[in-house]
Amino acid sequence: MTSGTRVRDGGGVAAPPPARPRRRGISWAQRLEILALSGPAILVFAGFVITPVILAGYYGFYRWKGFGPPTNFVGLDNYVTILQDKLFHEALWHNAQIVVLSLVLQGPIAIGLALLLNRRMRGQSLIRVLIFVPYVISEVIVGTAWALLLQSQGAVNGILRSIGLDGLAKDWLADPSLAIWTLMLILTWKYVGFAVILFLAGMQNIPEELAEAAAMDGASYWQTQWRITLPLLGPTIRIWGFLSVIGALQLFDLVYIIWGQYVASTAGTSTMATYMVSEGRNAGNYGYGNAVAVVLFIISMIIALVYQRFVLRRDTEGALTGGR
Amino acid sequence: MATATQTRRGNPTAYVAALALIGIMLGPVVYIIIGGFRTNSQITTDPAGLPDPWQFGNYLDVLTGDTFWLQVTNSTIAAVVTTAGVVGMGVMASYVIARYRFRGRGAMYALFAAGLMFPPTVAITPLYVLIKNLGLVNTLPGIILPQIAFSLPTTIIILVPFLRAIPRELEEAAFIDRCSRLGFFWRMVLPLSVPGLITVGILAFVNSWNSYLLPLFILNDQESFTLPLGVQAFASQYSVDTAKVLAFTSLSMIPALVFFSLFERRIVGGLTGAVKG
Repeated sequence: MTSGTRVRDGGGVAAPPPARPRRRGISWAQRLEILALSGPAILVFAGFVITPVILAGYYGFYRWKGFGPPTNFVGLDNYVTILQDKLFHEALWHNAQIVVLSLVLQGPIAIGLALLLNRRMRGQSLIRVLIFVPYVISEVIVGTAWALLLQSQGAVNGILRSIGLDGLAKDWLADPSLAIWTLMLILTWKYVGFAVILFLAGMQNIPEELAEAAAMDGASYWQTQWRITLPLLGPTIRIWGFLSVIGALQLFDLVYIIWGQYVASTAGTSTMATYMVSEGRNAGNYGYGNAVAVVLFIISMIIALVYQRFVLRRDTEGALTGGR
Repeated sequence: MATATQTRRGNPTAYVAALALIGIMLGPVVYIIIGGFRTNSQITTDPAGLPDPWQFGNYLDVLTGDTFWLQVTNSTIAAVVTTAGVVGMGVMASYVIARYRFRGRGAMYALFAAGLMFPPTVAITPLYVLIKNLGLVNTLPGIILPQIAFSLPTTIIILVPFLRAIPRELEEAAFIDRCSRLGFFWRMVLPLSVPGLITVGILAFVNSWNSYLLPLFILNDQESFTLPLGVQAFASQYSVDTAKVLAFTSLSMIPALVFFSLFERRIVGGLTGAVKG
């Protein structure tokens, strides 16, 4: 799959016509260059990205503790167990909520902020840097900090009590009816800056003449944004949506750090990835963990393909859709 | 026209909204930094207050201990080598995709682009087994190699359009001057693509610096911990000493922040390029 596509001879085994040996103009020297230049990247990529994905498919058919070669072939047993496990159903449901809520919460907020920052104002570049700060800080730090802030005796409840809003002081992390919203709040805080920066970049590519022409025709500021900026921002929004969905499906770090491996399921924030780690590696069931990885992989791929087919189709020049 | 810009510039609501925004985005970060200057009893009695008096002991404890510096060293080595590997391999492969015409070029690009859809989460369990079989558990190469591999897709997606934008006339002129393709790569392409290389380099560096899942699986020995693992270990080890945890946490986020604020424009520019495709 990887090496075959590199310098294929095109014609396969059907004897190549000797009359025009250099029709495509690729000399052996050039082939060597191509090989030498792209070889390292392809080797590392094939070795550490493609091989593990294939291996996951193989190990997933075994009951295996991770020592020596897997011998206890169990066929589809692991997959049957996964699909029947209530904990996995819950994790899947949480992932679905996170995917939808991320789009619904972060999208409008980010567009609003980008519109705000797209105006000419003093200190604009400083604000842009600051809004990106949470995105640059590592998940571990974000998780540790928010976990401390949101403890029942933490700073957030402290502030709420000191301004007389005792009723709003909640057990943000442990209450199962609240925890997913707490998670969404933290996710929005951490990743909204990324969306804003993307949208701002997209807005800067929209010619200013369009807004000026609209203003001459008597369009208000909001009309201009609604009818010109937003439609032209479409491709950027759709790409962001793609990245956001994939990220939400694979969410692991923040949940694992804040809720840990055991509490996540009772607090209602477990995801497929935290399920994979706690039922796979932490329980010593490597075969089972690999099977969960395969399920996660297939679900992500189906959603990615559907998204590309139905949402990104219009942006055929997009980064993900072609090499030309 | 002039009046339009004037009213826009003078709009106070926009400034109020922007200020509130900054407060929300920076609040938790400021809380970590200032919390490190307080004592535990101060934090317990008033979780949201200011230090009174300011304590420097927490920060000094962390800075004079060995753990922090060991983890800084590990994180730095991992991030620097990862960055060098990603940039080197990435620019070579991108040059091939952008500048050579051959069968399978589109497939090669599609292969790397497909990698964009699969962050390490999906591959982590078999990756751990693979690294274990290679005998690289608890070593930095054990996280560096996978990090390079998983950063290649973004790098190539960003660099290919960048390299393709180099005018063909330049290439033809170089060939007329008897410059080989490799010579052209070395003497013209690399210098011209420095801004793009910086962008992907910073992304790779920050990603490696913040990486958590991969080190969590590969590095089990305290000696080999990188900072994110260190922060977590520290937080659970000193779970009663909140002030010290805050000090440790705020010190460990400094490098990424400094690095980022120095090169903010480049990162944003690079992301823009990636989105435009």
